[in-house]
Amino acid sequence: MRECFIEFRNVSFRYGDEQPWVLDDVSFTIYKDEWVAIIGHNGSGKSTIAKLMNGLLFPQKGEIIINGIPVNEQTVWDVRKQVGMVFQNPDNQFVGTTVQDDVAFGMENRGFAREEMVNRIDEVLQAVRMEDYLLTEPHRLSGGQKQRVAIASLLAINPEVLILDEATAMLDPKGRKEIMRTVSEIQEKNEISLITITHDLEEVVQAERVIVMNSGKVWAEATPRDIFKQKDDLRKIGLDVPFVAVLADELKQLDIMIKNEPLNHDELLEELWTLHSKM
Amino acid sequence: MNNAIVIGQYVPGNSLIHRLDPRMKITIIFFFVIVVFFANNIISYSILTIFAILTTLSTRISLRFILKGLTPVWFLIAFTFILHLIVTKEGTVLFDVFGYKVYSGALIQGFAISLRFFLLILITSLLTLTTTPIEITDAVEDLLHPLKKIKFPVHELALMMSISLRFIPTLLQETDKISKAQASRGVDFRTGPIKERLHAIVPLLVPLFVSAFKRAEELAMAMEARGYQGGEGRTRLRQLKIKGLDILVFLFFLAVVAALFWTRNY
Repeated sequence: MRECFIEFRNVSFRYGDEQPWVLDDVSFTIYKDEWVAIIGHNGSGKSTIAKLMNGLLFPQKGEIIINGIPVNEQTVWDVRKQVGMVFQNPDNQFVGTTVQDDVAFGMENRGFAREEMVNRIDEVLQAVRMEDYLLTEPHRLSGGQKQRVAIASLLAINPEVLILDEATAMLDPKGRKEIMRTVSEIQEKNEISLITITHDLEEVVQAERVIVMNSGKVWAEATPRDIFKQKDDLRKIGLDVPFVAVLADELKQLDIMIKNEPLNHDELLEELWTLHSKM
Repeated sequence: MNNAIVIGQYVPGNSLIHRLDPRMKITIIFFFVIVVFFANNIISYSILTIFAILTTLSTRISLRFILKGLTPVWFLIAFTFILHLIVTKEGTVLFDVFGYKVYSGALIQGFAISLRFFLLILITSLLTLTTTPIEITDAVEDLLHPLKKIKFPVHELALMMSISLRFIPTLLQETDKISKAQASRGVDFRTGPIKERLHAIVPLLVPLFVSAFKRAEELAMAMEARGYQGGEGRTRLRQLKIKGLDILVFLFFLAVVAALFWTRNY
């Protein structure tokens, strides 16, 4: 049994007394070292979940427990030491005047000694392959590079969990690939839980588990493969199904038997060329 | 336009003055500004002028660039000079211009005051020419540190300065983007009478302000998420250190000041 790290117990949240519930009786658990993707279309409450995990918002009903600590006004700073968060807009979370200053910001807040900061900066910038940009100013970086710096600055404070709240939404496809590659490398090398929040189904394939949100409720919770099987239902709640999954569906309709639901091009290719193989 | 953005007028370099601790630079400039007013004869003025010229030359920034930066000030200097010629009535009459008598004392006084003015501006502009804005911010935070005792928000002030510096290029890029977007919708920023051109700025400013406020809100949230709790218990990556060079330069400056006071009574 894996160690439970984040637990949502019957959490409900709304932004004001007269407002509708953004989250309605949501419960789920996220384990240590797990990669969970949370997907949902705009307004499904997925970003609110991220903010609740970091104590940026507090629920009206229910309880959130992070690493054994219930999140409330008193424990919020302890929780933030363990939960690192990358936001959507690359520009609006870059505090420092240079890459090195920005990576240091989180460590400065936590009172790290200077020598330690210098060492960690080198280390984490290498982890996101940005070591050549130590003294570069933010306006000379691309969006993807800024997001990688944001990830580095979180790694510097050794969080237990990394949340990417639509961190790739404002990037071009190249930047998106960079980020996804960076986070999967980090997840492999470190004992860290990873939560990626997105509305793009392409980004959930690498996750171990997917939580699908729809109008404030957990709509489904399964492996990416099982989620992709429910294409029509996914479309109904406003999510775009990846091209590979659609193609596999079309092939099935032509009586080409594909046993496994393919997640990417390679898997589909594998299925197709072994189609008549009896091995 | 990316590479054209230079905040302030900093000229990168590795000269003696560039490497000097920014706190030392600010301190020296502070005392220089006071000392300039103690010069009272040709020798003391010469000492100050030579000091200023030496400092300027040691920055290795092209003189033309420095003087170009002083353009708006030339007018003020000339104005001071002429004002003295007209107002001061000491010494012997040198010549007559349209009935105005120009005295020898006026010429000397006017020249001295203008020189004083010029030296002040030259030395202070060397600070911004050789120091990055962020170094100045650090130095200000450090120098104002004693004011913390009377609850002056030194850390907050410095953080505000550094965040504004960080966002200047971002907002400039945004302005450029919005003005292009509005121009493509037919807003004309470049031609027409002044009144219309001023009017055209409104569709530029409104989106800019809206987005700046949104940025501020998101930035505050990101800072909080990254554990920012104010200056209390915070360490700093950028630390200023007084080096041997700084002490040497300060001693040299003290010698200049001493020489100045010694020659005052000549």
